[in-house]
Amino acid sequence: MPDNFVTIKGLKFRFNDRWIFDGVDLEIPEGKITAVMGPSGTGKTTLLRLIGGQLCPHAGTIDVDGDNVPDLSRKNLYRVRKKMGMLFQSGALFSNLNVFDNVAFPLREHTNLTEEMIRDLVLIKLEAVGLRGAADLMTSELSGGMSRRVALARAIALDPQMIMYDEPLTGQDPITMGVLVKLIKMLNDNLGLTSIIVSHDVKEVSSIADYVYLLSDGKVIAHDKPEALFHSDEPHAKQFMQGLPDGPVPFHYPSIDLAEELFSERKS
Amino acid sequence: MRKAIQDFGRVGVQLIEGFGRSGYVLFRSLFRKPDFKHGFTCLVEQIYNEGVLSLSIIVVSGLFIGMVLGLQGYNILEKFGTTEALGQLVALSVARELGPVVAALLFAGRAGSALTAEIGLMKATDQLSMMEMMAVDPLQRIISPRLWGGFISLPILATIFSAVAIYGGYLVGVKWLGVDAGAFWSGMQSNVSFRIDILNGIIKSLFFGIAVTWVAVFQGYDCVPTAEGISRATTRSVVYASLVILGLDFILTAMMLGGW
Repeated sequence: MPDNFVTIKGLKFRFNDRWIFDGVDLEIPEGKITAVMGPSGTGKTTLLRLIGGQLCPHAGTIDVDGDNVPDLSRKNLYRVRKKMGMLFQSGALFSNLNVFDNVAFPLREHTNLTEEMIRDLVLIKLEAVGLRGAADLMTSELSGGMSRRVALARAIALDPQMIMYDEPLTGQDPITMGVLVKLIKMLNDNLGLTSIIVSHDVKEVSSIADYVYLLSDGKVIAHDKPEALFHSDEPHAKQFMQGLPDGPVPFHYPSIDLAEELFSERKS
Repeated sequence: MRKAIQDFGRVGVQLIEGFGRSGYVLFRSLFRKPDFKHGFTCLVEQIYNEGVLSLSIIVVSGLFIGMVLGLQGYNILEKFGTTEALGQLVALSVARELGPVVAALLFAGRAGSALTAEIGLMKATDQLSMMEMMAVDPLQRIISPRLWGGFISLPILATIFSAVAIYGGYLVGVKWLGVDAGAFWSGMQSNVSFRIDILNGIIKSLFFGIAVTWVAVFQGYDCVPTAEGISRATTRSVVYASLVILGLDFILTAMMLGGW
């Protein structure tokens, strides 16, 4: 069993009056792809922001490679963040820079490499995601799938130890989805990364994930290998993994009984 | 009644919170170790975006305001037979008040709104969060150069505005209405003090530059990260900046005339 790169214990996080996480324990093993799935609004993206130190939990620990993220000073937080790459759902490419400069950005910020070396590194990273030919394009000229691939190239520019993917497959056509799934798997295996994927795309993500956590109502409701979760009898896990329209997450929005409403006196 | 007091209290708390957040953003953006490696390039880029790109509206507005001043001034002075004082009237009006104030209002509309929209869009599309995750502080990389760009640009723009407006007054007064050129320029030279009129105008525009840019970047940085949030923030940026300019102008003028 490999060591854990991220260990979360007793995580509690509240937004306004609603508890997004109410005692979440989670382990992300080093060198593996771990998927975090769950219905919309369960706080999957919030979890990534908590791991990245952009949000501070109300209780619990988030240990990333030996550092408890909520306790870190800004300087140390930035040191830990250099070990992480992140792929936002939108790609979050800098709109005033072209593809090449976007990928070169972290290298120019954090290294003293010469422009020639940066050029070579950027082209290698772009080649890894199949977009070396698009180096001179502006971000407005890219499709959604291409934007995410460029963002992926930028995320691996500094050779991080872990990459967090926030809904990487949402809204993509089947070809792009296939390309992104293959890229995530390839990069994880070839670069020896630890990957966390937050997604709704059960089938695609399960095909590459080593382990899956299912979140709902602020808690981890199930966690296991993907094939085991597909055959799980736990009602939440069964509904989510098999995409059933009704179950613990009801089809109907809470309301009074239909007959009662139909036969009640109409409000003026 | 109770609800009205509650609402009043809530607005007051929100206002103080807003001041606190904006002060924090300003402090953390300005008072830090300078980043010479990237800072200078970013600053030049921002002076171009905020200053050079605002030049056309400043020059055109300055010319027209100067021409209108020349025309109005001539018509009034003619009644008293003192049209030679036109140069002095135009120069004093422009250098003391119209130059700094109108240039700042135009700057808030052109550069301030653009700053708010740009930063708001960067926030809404997660570019600022991404920068944070790349261990790059957006306050240093994005906000700070924009603040300095505004602080430097507006006094220069206001000076250009004043110069062009005086030339506009000259065109109308001397070239069109026939005021004596010697009287126009010598009246201006002998009655406009560098320290009291020109320098005070520049000091005013420096304060306006700080106020407008601070309001603009904070509104963008603090906006609700949606399309609607950005549009509201952009509107607020122009409205708040305009009100701050006018209020600050009164305070500064009172201090300057009071012989501070």
